[in-house]
Formats: sequence, structure tokens, C-alpha cells
Amino acid sequence: MAAPSNRRPGYSRRAQYGNFFGYIAAVIGLVVGVLLLIVSTGNASAFGGLRSAALDGAAPAAKAAAGARTGSQTLWSALSGYFTSGARVARLEREVAEARVKLAEQAALTEENSRLKALLALSQNNQRPVVVTRLIGSTSSSSRRYAIIGAGTTQGVLPGMAVRSPLGLVGRVIEAGHSSARILLVTDTASSIPVRRASDGIQGYANGLGNGTVQIRLSTTGVNPLKRGDAIVTSGSGGIYRPGEAVAVVTTLTNDGAIARPLSDPGQTEFVAVEALFDEAALADAPPMSASAAPVTARTTTARPASPAPRGARAPGQK
Amino acid sequence: MAPPLPSALRQFGKPRINRTASPVLALATPWLLVMLGSLSPTWPVIASAPLLPPIGFLLLVGWQQLRPGLFPVWAGWPLGLFDDLFSGQPIGSAVVLWSVTMLMLDFIEHRFPWRGFLSNWVVAGAFIAGYLLLALQIANLAGGANSPLVLLPQLAVAVLAYPVAAKLVGLADRFRLIPIRTV
Repeated sequence: MAAPSNRRPGYSRRAQYGNFFGYIAAVIGLVVGVLLLIVSTGNASAFGGLRSAALDGAAPAAKAAAGARTGSQTLWSALSGYFTSGARVARLEREVAEARVKLAEQAALTEENSRLKALLALSQNNQRPVVVTRLIGSTSSSSRRYAIIGAGTTQGVLPGMAVRSPLGLVGRVIEAGHSSARILLVTDTASSIPVRRASDGIQGYANGLGNGTVQIRLSTTGVNPLKRGDAIVTSGSGGIYRPGEAVAVVTTLTNDGAIARPLSDPGQTEFVAVEALFDEAALADAPPMSASAAPVTARTTTARPASPAPRGARAPGQK
Repeated sequence: MAPPLPSALRQFGKPRINRTASPVLALATPWLLVMLGSLSPTWPVIASAPLLPPIGFLLLVGWQQLRPGLFPVWAGWPLGLFDDLFSGQPIGSAVVLWSVTMLMLDFIEHRFPWRGFLSNWVVAGAFIAGYLLLALQIANLAGGANSPLVLLPQLAVAVLAYPVAAKLVGLADRFRLIPIRTV
């Protein structure tokens, strides 16, 4: 039967009022939603506590599911390896990929080492990660690229910390709950990482494109010196990311830079390490000075001749 | 030849004289299923590009098309708020978009009461496209800078996934009406 043209549910006054107030509630919800949206787009960290609490609530189940994910992966690779030895090939390929990254990082370190020797004032101390944890999920349908890790403030995770996998940089923490934290992946469009080419140190930025790749924009102008296959590592400018961490490999060239593929595919990453704030390490080592001036010393890793040589005692390039 | 099922199991889903559906199950299943879909960011799928369909939204549209009137017309904002907590969108995005969706689907239900599966799919596809596009714009307002082209693969996946979601809703609808309560 066709619905009546008016929405009157019948002669029951109660049902009529219920229907009417239902629409009122829907419109009020809509208006409240618009207000929420205005608040949260104006201030990205608004409602962060609410989100973190919700994530903490969902984290135990998600952690169990993440365990099942890696379990099923190994089960699958064991099965496929039984028939085709594909697992062994996959493992070897992964080892080669890791070795290639390590090689790029070594080259970057050697290059950095020579530069640091020239400066003879700065050193890079080898920080232990704050915590090693699982990636337990990611925003799979939103256009923003966030991932969730299974460690929070109780494990010492704080917003701003860099997150990396054995293959390279994954992202940075932007919200930390008690037992889970939300990280901004390097492929998010709001992510911009100061980088340099591993081989010679050409500076630039790696901006996320939101589709699984990053755009490398160089700080220099003129002929584009990048080539396909170039390894891109963090430069350490700005003090958020430690220098020399592998980020991406150039895949296609553009006019003013290149499109690069991040080395650490978060979908294939099981464990990630959360690293202490690079800035804070610099602050702890630096001689007493004003807090606003201190991060500048952290930034001098690449360029300026070190000011009063605060950390000369440690050998350069210790990593 | 399959072994015969135990008679208790064979009788399980069938209507019986002194059995009726549990009201708790009948009322809670739709809400729980949509919320479960909203929890998809905590599923063990890590994506470096948006590819998975908005599962909570698909299930909401599916319920509204299979059982119009089962959800109250204001159901968009509580379910949307729950979705916002996990989706990574700025809070309020799904509250607004899901509320609008519920109101518009309600209007369509009253305006075009006779629909087939194909017309449902077309309507759902239009809603999915609009939802993804507006959600992208809202995410861009809050700091992102994605081009709408990023959405194309996700849109294709989501439109193709809609029949699966509708089927899932149908299964859940049968589950919710299993007569287990003695009267």
C-alpha cells in the first residue's frame, strides 16, 4: 500500500506526537552536528580526549584482532610455503628490502658523519625507543590517514613522538590516550617531513598525498637532480624527526621534485617503535638556556656551525 | 547425503506457536550492527590510502532501505557521533551527514514507496558518492588537502560493496527476528 501523503501515523495522538518529536529530534541533532563541526574544524585537537577514551575502550578487542592478523599471516605464509616455498621467497625479499634500506641509511650516516666531523661539535646519540608496539588499525575509509597503535601515555607515548618500523618512518603521534594512540601517517596530506636525499643531502620536504604516496618538494630550484630509485631520508630539520631515518624511494619525477613511495607500508608492518622526542634529547644535552632558543641547536645538525659546542664529548655519528 | 540435524536445531529459526522474537534482540541488532561497522578503523586492516568503504554508512543505508521506519528518524546523530569517534574525520562530520541522510531517505521512502533492488542500489550509490565527497570536503576544512580524485577507487569499491552490505543487513534482520522468547 502506498504511504499516505501526510505522515500521520493514525488517530493515536501519542503516535502523532512521537512522529513529530522524532523529526524535531532529528533536526536538533543536525544543528548540534553543525555546531560540533564548526568547533572541531576550527580546532583539530578539540574532543581529542573523547576520541582517545573511545579508542582506549576499543583497543583491547583491536589488539586481539591485530594478533589474529599477524597470526593468520604467518599461518597463510606457512601454508603457501608448504606448497610453493613462497613464504621463504617473501622473507628473503623482505630481508633484501630491509638491507637496502639499511644500506641507504648507512650511506646517509657516512655522509652525515663526514659533515659532522667537519663541524666537530654535534653528535647524534642513539636513543632507545620509548616503546615497541603493534599497529592495531587505521582510518580505512576516511580521507585522512591516521593509524592506531597499542600503546599510550601509560607506556610513555606523548604527542609529537616519531613512529617508525624496521623499514622506515611511519608517522608521528598526534593524540595519546591511556593505552592507545593515534598517529598521523606520512601519507596524510597534513604530514610534511623535512627530508634530504640520502646520497648527497639535497634538502626538501616530503608531503603526503593521501593516496599512499608522498610528494618530494625540493628547497632548491633549477634542474631537478632527483632520479628514480633515490632514497629519501629525514634531514632532522625542525627537531621532530631524527636525521637519517629512511622515508621513501622516488618512483616518478615531477617538475619541481618527485613522487615517492614510502618504504614502510603500514599494511605490512606488524610492530612499530615509538621514538623519544628528538627535541627533548637535544634539550637534555644542551647547556642551560632559554627553552625557546634550545630547539635551534637541534636544528643545526645540517647547516650552521655549532654554537658553543655543548656536546663535543660524544663521538659524532654514533648511531 | 547430509546427516539430519537435531530437531531442536531444525526448529530454531521457524515460527512456532508459543515463541516470539526477543524484543531486546529485535531492537538492538540494527544499532549494534551499524556501530560494529563504524568500528572498522579498529579492524586489523591498515591502509595507506582510503580504500575501504564507509561500512557503518553502508549498513545504515541498508537498514533504512530494507526496513524503513525501524530506525527512528533521529538515529543519524547518535550513530554518527559514534562513527566520528573512530573514523578520523573531525567530530560532527558524520553527525551532520548521517542526520541529513536519514531525513532524505525518509523523504524518499514516502515519496517513492515502490522500489526494487536496482533502484535502491542507484539511490544508495548516489548517497554514498555524496557522503564520500562531502566527508572529504569536511576533512579538508580541518587540515587535509586531498583532491577528490583520491576518492575514485574507494567510491567504486563502496558502490560495489553495497549489495553485500544489503545482504548482510538481510541476514541480520533474520537473526534479529529469530523466535527465541517463550510467550
